Amino acid sequence: MIGLGQFLEVLFSGLLSGVLYSLVALGFVLIFKASGVFNFAQGAMVLLAGLALVRSLDFLVANGFPFWSAVILGLLFAAMIMAITAWMVQRFVLGPLINQDGLTLFMATIGITFVLEGAAQMIFGSDVYPLRLFPTDAWFLFEGNFPGGLLVSKIDVWGGLIAAVLVAGLAVFFQRTKTGRALRAVADDHAAAQSVGISLNWIWFIVWLVAGLVALVAATVWGTKLGVQFSIVFLALKALPVLIIGGFTSVPGAIVGGLIVGAGEKLAEAYLGPFIGGGIEYWFAYVLALVVLMVRPQGLYGERIIERI
Amino acid sequence: MRKLTLALAAFAVGATASTGPAMAQNEQFLPSLVYRTGPYAPNGIPFANGVADYWTLINERDGGINGVKIVFEECETGYATDKGVECYERLKGKGPTGAGYFSPLSTGITFALTEKVPGDKIPLLTMGYGRSESRNGAVFPWNFVAVGSYWTAADVAIQHIAKEFGGFDKLKDKKISLVYHDSPYGKEPIAALEARAKLHGFTFKGIPVTHPGVEQKSQWLSIRQDRPDYVLLWGWGVMNSTAIKEAAAVGYPRDKVMGVWWSGAEPDVTPAGDQSTGYKALMLQHGAGKAKVHADLEKHVIGKGKSPTKDDFAQVLYNRGLLNSMLGVEAIRTAMKKYGNKPMTGEQIRWGFENLNLTADRIKELGFEGMVSPIKLSCEDHQGADVARVQQWDGKNWKVISEYYTADRKILDPMVKDAAAKYAAEKKITPRDCSKES
Amino acid sequence: MFYRETGQFKTSYAADMAIFPIRQDRIALWAVLAFAFIGVPLLASFQVWPFGGEYMLRAILIPFLILSLAAIGLNILTGYCGQLSLGSGAFMAIGAYSAYKFSTGVHIPLEIFSISIPPLPMLPSILLGALMSCLVGILFGIPSLRIKGLYLAVATLAAQFFFDWVFSRVKWFTNYTPSGSVAAPELNFFGFVVNSPVERYLLCLVFVTLFALMAKNLVRGSIGRQWMAIRDMDIAAELMGIRPLYAKLTAFAVSSFVMGVAGALWAFVYLGAWEPLAFNIDRSFQILFMVIIGGLGSILGSFLGAAFILILPILLDQVPQALGVPLTVETVSHLVFIVTGALICWLLIVEPHGFARLWSTAKEKLRLWPYPY
Repeated sequence: MIGLGQFLEVLFSGLLSGVLYSLVALGFVLIFKASGVFNFAQGAMVLLAGLALVRSLDFLVANGFPFWSAVILGLLFAAMIMAITAWMVQRFVLGPLINQDGLTLFMATIGITFVLEGAAQMIFGSDVYPLRLFPTDAWFLFEGNFPGGLLVSKIDVWGGLIAAVLVAGLAVFFQRTKTGRALRAVADDHAAAQSVGISLNWIWFIVWLVAGLVALVAATVWGTKLGVQFSIVFLALKALPVLIIGGFTSVPGAIVGGLIVGAGEKLAEAYLGPFIGGGIEYWFAYVLALVVLMVRPQGLYGERIIERI
Repeated sequence: MRKLTLALAAFAVGATASTGPAMAQNEQFLPSLVYRTGPYAPNGIPFANGVADYWTLINERDGGINGVKIVFEECETGYATDKGVECYERLKGKGPTGAGYFSPLSTGITFALTEKVPGDKIPLLTMGYGRSESRNGAVFPWNFVAVGSYWTAADVAIQHIAKEFGGFDKLKDKKISLVYHDSPYGKEPIAALEARAKLHGFTFKGIPVTHPGVEQKSQWLSIRQDRPDYVLLWGWGVMNSTAIKEAAAVGYPRDKVMGVWWSGAEPDVTPAGDQSTGYKALMLQHGAGKAKVHADLEKHVIGKGKSPTKDDFAQVLYNRGLLNSMLGVEAIRTAMKKYGNKPMTGEQIRWGFENLNLTADRIKELGFEGMVSPIKLSCEDHQGADVARVQQWDGKNWKVISEYYTADRKILDPMVKDAAAKYAAEKKITPRDCSKES
Repeated sequence: MFYRETGQFKTSYAADMAIFPIRQDRIALWAVLAFAFIGVPLLASFQVWPFGGEYMLRAILIPFLILSLAAIGLNILTGYCGQLSLGSGAFMAIGAYSAYKFSTGVHIPLEIFSISIPPLPMLPSILLGALMSCLVGILFGIPSLRIKGLYLAVATLAAQFFFDWVFSRVKWFTNYTPSGSVAAPELNFFGFVVNSPVERYLLCLVFVTLFALMAKNLVRGSIGRQWMAIRDMDIAAELMGIRPLYAKLTAFAVSSFVMGVAGALWAFVYLGAWEPLAFNIDRSFQILFMVIIGGLGSILGSFLGAAFILILPILLDQVPQALGVPLTVETVSHLVFIVTGALICWLLIVEPHGFARLWSTAKEKLRLWPYPY
């Protein structure tokens, strides 16, 4: 008989780690929504942001700054790096590629991925750099009800909280601020937005900047979890099924997709894995996504694709 | 257009080739397949530095091997098999006598090169990794899994666990799990562990982790439920530190986790901070720390600024790089005794490996005392040693916590023989008769 | 001046519909083929620079040919039929592992349904392996009837990751080797053992030439036109009487067959021994880059893209050393990343439709040269 305790434990940790994938997926959604670019470089942006943060942090701490002021300065430095990246991407790659079809833009972001991966490692080093912002141990809840208690990793909870704050912040930004409204206008119709005086170049810079900041937030959580190192770019691949389940254009979709993928793959690994050989979570997320897409081809929250001749 | 591209490619190849004749003839070319970038770079860098520094030391301190200068070139593989094959093809023909020997530091590249080296007659030194059955020199004349194979490691690990529990009879009905990198590297030890499990009656369970191993939550939750008595870790790169962190998160005691010698270096434990304290790992004989050779390195190589080595000096993987180069250089020296003090070909170096006999005195003379025990290779036995120790991370340093264990060849030899025979049958190889080799 | 079709009159429909209607194209093609089939082996056997030594053949030409073949396969699916796929690696893997199984003997030990096939010769093994890849391709093509565009691309990753897992977990495919890595059997074609680099090169060349010709002919024919109609607008095509089911699934079938052959060659001829990692997601992406950079919907583009994506990093890697610039391997490797990425972006900005479009622009210009209007 499968223990209820274990089931709940796997379910919770799955839901929470799903939210961590959502952090990466959010960056994809923001850019796709505003400019129709499928930004493959999101994983590399997380790496760049993480490296910039951890290296400047180490440097400041080594030079006698107190830890928390070093963290703030480090975050500012990393945010600045992401702003420069956003400006360069917009100015040198996507600006000239305006009005090209989706596949070309996708390919261009792969080019950007290469440049970012090379540059980030060249400037900041290719070693593994530990980042200690959040506690990484665990709580054991309800020890009275279940033998050994229910295990909940603190870092996962932190990730969940941060994701919630981030989504709330993004919602406010999109609904209440002038720039946010302009972003939504651009997402709806480029030409119409331009005709009421919204500068597309500026908006796209802002979008890449916001995606860069989301990458920075993802980097703080994932960097604490794994240490900042090259392997972080592989997170992009874990974020893709999240993305297509939720739909490319929906911020809440990214969160819901994350929850589904996280819980689904962890439960599959725990209950299906032992029978067919383990290590199934990588493909299970994609198969889950495939099944969802067969029912809803645009993802759960994606905009309906209306085709006309 | 296609021709144009070819011409362009030809230009670069030619340009590199044209530097060939300018080289002096009294040079030994040694290639180095490295990965200083990509997901496994934190582990690849110290090893590559150790390999290069020892060669530089030989040149700087001794003026080469018996007067023959070492010329070496690195090629970045990024741990990818196809890139490794390209590097191999690029470097194999360089220098007056071609490449001396290859050490790819990747099980995948080792498997691919195993198919190519017999044709090119270049030895493959896979110290502590690669095909376990390539110990059999009759079937694998060009592979040298010197110092230890994964089967040796698995066997020694079980011996240590038995000792902790108080004897092999105590292993009965215990549970031992293996968390492994889902690749040929991680799968190699399973056969040896299963053999031991049958012998002592413990339950063995393999738990695969998909490359690159950044997500292991469900694996460790199942361990938490399963409560095995010991967990073995066969990881590489980010997978090791992630495993330690997850072990800490699920509250599995770290002193019941033991890694293979590729999971027991500084980049594996430092990212997890205090959580790594108590974690154990096998040693490929040597550990971290300085021996006599390090003083020479500081004086002749590091001090003169001829090396990129920084913090990794005298770390575990750096020392392993030194040892790797030392074995290669000694094999070349052995070959020179027979063939004269000139650059050696791959075939001659293979003879050198097969007749390599590192005695305790020689090891002391080389400054490697305490890092390696005496080792003797032969035509039949391309491994030469069956011993390993266990070390434990105390939060700052690796501490050796055991004496040398000797792997049980009664268990492993039949396995080597079977696997080699199967390979020979599949590839239609007639094994050499080692009694006829000089 | 040199590239002018004036005066080349067609006197029959057959001549008008030839693959290469322009004489200069035909001459160029024959010249390239003659060089590839006769020139390269001759130069190699006489050790003429740069074909002397084995590096050129083994490390550049053989992988170039095999990956071009894979790119042709993907181009049929993505370039001609418009179905974006990121599962190329999986179909190559299926080709490789099935060919391995067929060449070492298939034995399915089920109680009710036991099949035993003795080891087959090499050529049937490769073709049967490709056929397996073709069948799986059809299966994974079914979702394409409902899922489109980038969603489909991500969905095809399911195939990629699933087969990565299957070949590393199901020991039957690797003949129960302890490590899960398999070694290719002897390359015996009708009693002739292919071994030396020149022989291996010629073997790949024969396969590539045959499949390139086949692909070129397919895309000119009725089925190719159906694919292109589906690509340009599937609903419109459907209204015109083209069955999307048939068109899409044939594209998946042909494409995965070709990729299966490429996979078998990659494993047997280039690597020699392999593990599932040889066909991982990076391979899929690499082939997609080749197709996009080379030009979607162009057979020539597949070759050009393969040359660019495969050879450029190798070249860049060797440039600093050839020029005698003392850079560490680390820096060079990072620079290769940066330069390759920047070149991809630059190329897309200059010509978003890839090398194939550059090539046809060049041909247009040549037609008018030296007197442009």
